[in-house]
Formats: sequence, structure tokens, C-alpha cells
Amino acid sequence: MGMTLAEKILARASGKDRVAAGEFVVAEVDLAMTHDIFAAQVFDHLVNAGVTQVFDREHTVVVMDHLVPPSTEAAAEQHKRIREHVARFGIDNFYDAGSGICHQLLPERGHVWPGMLVVGTDSHTTTHGALGAAGTGIGTSEMAYVLATGTLWFRVPETIRFDLEGSLGEQVAWKDVILWIAGRFGSDVAQYRSIEFAGPAASQVSVSSRLTISNMAVEIGAKFGMFAPDEVTAEYLAGLESSGVVEGWQQRFAEKRVEADSDASYLALHEVPLEQIGPQVALPSAVERVVPVGDAVGTVIQQAFIGSCTNGRLEDLAAAAAVLEGRQVDPGVRLIVAPASRWVFQEALRQGIIEILADAGASVLPSGCGPCFGGHGGLLAAGERCIGTHNRNFVGRMGSAKAEIFLASPQTVAASAVAGHIADPRELLPRSVRSGAPRRRAREDKSVYTASQPG
Amino acid sequence: MSTQPASQGEPVEIRAGKGGPIKGRAWCFGDGISTDLLSPGQYAVDSLEVRKQHTLESVDPRFAAEVKPGDVVVAGRDFGCGSSRETAPEGLKALGVACVVADSFARLFLRNAVAIGLPVLPCPGASSAFSPGDGIEVDLATGEVRNVGLGVVLRSEPLPESMRKILSAGGMLAVLASGRLGRLGAEDDGSRAGAS
Repeated sequence: MGMTLAEKILARASGKDRVAAGEFVVAEVDLAMTHDIFAAQVFDHLVNAGVTQVFDREHTVVVMDHLVPPSTEAAAEQHKRIREHVARFGIDNFYDAGSGICHQLLPERGHVWPGMLVVGTDSHTTTHGALGAAGTGIGTSEMAYVLATGTLWFRVPETIRFDLEGSLGEQVAWKDVILWIAGRFGSDVAQYRSIEFAGPAASQVSVSSRLTISNMAVEIGAKFGMFAPDEVTAEYLAGLESSGVVEGWQQRFAEKRVEADSDASYLALHEVPLEQIGPQVALPSAVERVVPVGDAVGTVIQQAFIGSCTNGRLEDLAAAAAVLEGRQVDPGVRLIVAPASRWVFQEALRQGIIEILADAGASVLPSGCGPCFGGHGGLLAAGERCIGTHNRNFVGRMGSAKAEIFLASPQTVAASAVAGHIADPRELLPRSVRSGAPRRRAREDKSVYTASQPG
Repeated sequence: MSTQPASQGEPVEIRAGKGGPIKGRAWCFGDGISTDLLSPGQYAVDSLEVRKQHTLESVDPRFAAEVKPGDVVVAGRDFGCGSSRETAPEGLKALGVACVVADSFARLFLRNAVAIGLPVLPCPGASSAFSPGDGIEVDLATGEVRNVGLGVVLRSEPLPESMRKILSAGGMLAVLASGRLGRLGAEDDGSRAGAS
């Protein structure tokens, strides 16, 4: 019997020829990330345990992204403690406040490679499955264990596969596809499982959109949510090398590349018929409460949010700008945009995207997680409604427990911001498309971070 | 949905995974209790003393004030869905919750509960077998969950032995202090129960 992607990566990481689903292994971790909510506690645990160095400085990354810039005095104190720990432990891969969101920075700055076993103190660490890495979230005690020993226990998960078939319609985003999957199959379809996103249409999905899909794999319970490394992955890594971010991509790609065996065992295979999927909306207050946008059209909103580790990338901002160009946000709506990283912000500036968003009435936040986790920078009052591109709409997620959160694609959120209520982006075609002179094609943007840039 | 236990009995004995069953009174909750409900993001930087007071406040504002050491949380499907925040099980543990029994758990919550030494047991059907305040006995070693008043016994798959060993050690920091994870892994019992 062959092995799935998850089995291959966990076998390699635990020094075994083969492993099978259900087995427990102690595996060597390839990359460990912690962010500003948890880093201080993780390092406190290490200090208390008498640990003086981390397992691998080159593969330990610390990111300030949740409380940036510090939203309270307590947050500022916590950041100060983290900087002291970072200096004490000699962590070189430290991204201070304003650099960006961890799940943007790891792929943007060349930390993630196909075949890696990646852990982070953040549930959305599944994001890195987009590049063919086995990424998953862990807690602070386990991260302390990882940083001390470089190892952690794992149960080898069963795998379910979603085969993407056909092609996407106009103004439909890959975000809509992962929302559709959550709605169709439920929030625990992949509980304790690994997911492989495959099928003939997988090669049509950009790295940016793969990051969106793998990011939300955790919302249907997944431990990993992976795309097998392919030509799209190779092109992304080659781009990182061209811009000076990484070196020797071809050799590393050849060494690390993993494929599922043709006779690997899957717990379930599901077809995802892309032609049948239009814009989707997750209703309050569960990610699986997904309906076609038409069923939610007309719901009045007070806030629209474009950002987060799910949909704060250049492709997402461009898709929103294509809808917002030449239009105005409804006076009853606060449109908040948070680019996923400083580089995304800079590139969006260079491409004129920020100007379009600002002209339409958007407020642009520093790169970070603020509103998405209800930390700061866009919280909701009782009775208010927000539609956002982020990943969770649980009760109390963005402030008041009596507020309501809807999840959708950047296109749908932008269209809704203009309308003042939830709207179908297909009924608000980009002005540039209507005039016959497209200003840009969002889905084909292949820009990558360039090493000479600040920040 | 939850209600406080009806009776205020004697303090219960907590024997987390070290032999006999956990005995307490049930607090009942529904499906999809998220980490945002267990540990709201607004209090992320606050101390444990502050954070624990907000545990589940959006679902049952009385929970943190009225839960008693030794009480058992009984819940529905996908308990602890959402974030990686260890503060979610930590808040329950700090309030004295002896065990969480749910129809099913989100992977990260289950893993984090074990990592901090809070006993948990996935037990399909548990949510419909208890009413608030019912007496409950949970045997982590056998997977048996008993409704004391009704005399009903539910049988579930116990957690794999590797995880129960981390639990009885007191969590991953205790394991780190003793350097025993390698041995735990080597003693794999091969169980296919709902582990993370």
C-alpha cells in the first residue's frame, strides 16, 4: 500500500521508511513559528525549564502580528518581553510589528518549502500546505517542547481528498470554493484528518489562492490541508530566487518534493464541481452555515473587512479594487482593509490598488491580524453586522457577542461595501470590464517579495 | 445552552487519569463551542485570573462564577473549534473543571487539553445523555461515562495510551522536565481512537 502526502512527510520526519494512518510517531519538526499572542509564554516556559537555546535558530520564526501596533499598554509590555526573549535566544528570523501576518511572511520570505513539517502556535498554520508542507497548529506548551527538543508526537492522520473539477466562473473566487466545501461537508468532515486538494483544476489555482484554501482547511477540522508541489509551486519558488529571497530553489525543490503514491489509501474522495459554485456566504455564527450569496443578498451591514491570513494578499486586494474602482462605499459602512504584509501594502501602492481602495472610502490598517480575531482595529457593537474575507464568524469573534459576522470572498465583500448590504459581485461588474479595458487581471499576478526591499 | 448543576454536593475527588473514575456534576453545552467562547480574544493579553472569569460568558454568564472544582463539562459536537489558544482548556482547568466529555472535539483543543493536563474524553452521544446538574462518572482508562442518577452507561474509545500518559504526567511541560516523550512514543499502543 502506498502513502499519502501526510504519511510520506511524517515517515521522513520520524526517520521511518513508512508509516500508516493511526500510528503514533515522534517526528523532527522542520520549521517552528510563534507569534506575539503566545511567544512570551513559550519562551517563559523555556526559561523556567532551564532551556538556554532553541533546537534550530535558522528554522525558528517569531512574528509580531496580532497586536500591531500595540493596541494597549499591556500589549506593548508583552512585545517588549518578546523582544528581550528574541535577543536572549538569538532568534534571527524575527519579524517585528508591521512586517506582516505570520502566514503571509513564512511563504513570502522563503521559510516554507515543500515536504516540510511545520508547526506554529496558530491554528491557521495549515496555510503552508499550499506549498506542499505539512503545517499544523499547536499550543504554547507543545511549542516550548518543540523549541527545546526539535521533536513532537503526532498521530499519522487518515487523508481525505477533494478533487477540483472544471473551472471557476466570473467573479467567483477560490475562497468561495473552500466556503462551499465547508457548507457541503460540514465543519468536522476533516476532523483529525489530512486533506489533499487535487484533481485536474488544482493546476489552475495560484499559490495565493492555495494559501487561502489551505488556510481554511482547519475550519473543517483538518490537521493538514495540502496541495502536492507542482509546476505552480516551482514557479513561485523560482520567483523567490529571482528576487533574491532564496537560493538554490531547484535543488531544494527536487530534494523536498513529495507526491502521494498512486495506490495510497484515502478515507474518502470528494468531487468539487467548480461550475456549480457561485459566490458563497457563511452566515453567523458557524463557518459551515454557507449559502449561495443570493440567499443573503439585502442583509444590511455596518462593516466590511478585507484582510487576514486568509484573504489579505495582493491578489485579494486587486480583486476588491476591481470591484471598487470608480465606486463609493455606502455611507453606512466602514470598509477596513489590512494588507497581509508590508510588502503586500507596498506592492499594492505601486500598482495603484491602495489608491483605488482609499478613493472608494476604505481605511487601510497596518499589516496584522487585529479585527479578524477581535483584538482591535474594527470591533463590532451589539446588533452590528460585518462581512469579511477572514476565516471565522463565531459568536464574539469581533467584539460584541451580539454582533453578526458573515464570511465571503474579496469580490463579494467589496460589492457589499458599495451596496450597504450583502450583494452579489456578479451584479456589480468591474467598471474596467464594462468599459472593455481591463486595468489588471487579478488572478494572474505573480509578484513576489524582493529581498532588497525594507522590512 | 447551559444551566448550573442543581445540587451543591460534597467536594469531589479529582483523580485525573490515575486510576479510578472522575466523579462530578454535569454542566451541559451544545455543539460548536468555540475557543472564542471559551477564551475571548479581547482578553488574550490578560492574566489567567482575569481570563478565566470570561470563560464561556457569552453562552452562560454565570458559568465562571458558579462552576465548582470537580464539575464536568458535557458538550456536543466539535467542542473547542477554532484557535490554537491553549488558554481555552487552561481557563476550564483554572476554574477547577475536572474533565470535558463531548460528542466530539476539535483537534487542537483535544491536543492542548492533553498538553496542559486537563482530562478530556470524546464520547459520541454524551450530550443527549445528561441534563445540567446530573451526577457523572468518567473513567478515562476504559472510556466509560456513567449518568449516576439514571444508571445509564455510555462506552467510548479511551484516549490512546500515549496521550493518557502525557495527561497523567501533568502535561507536556512536565514531560519536557522529565525528558520522556521518546519513551512515550516508543510505547505506542497502536490505538486508532480519536487522537490528534
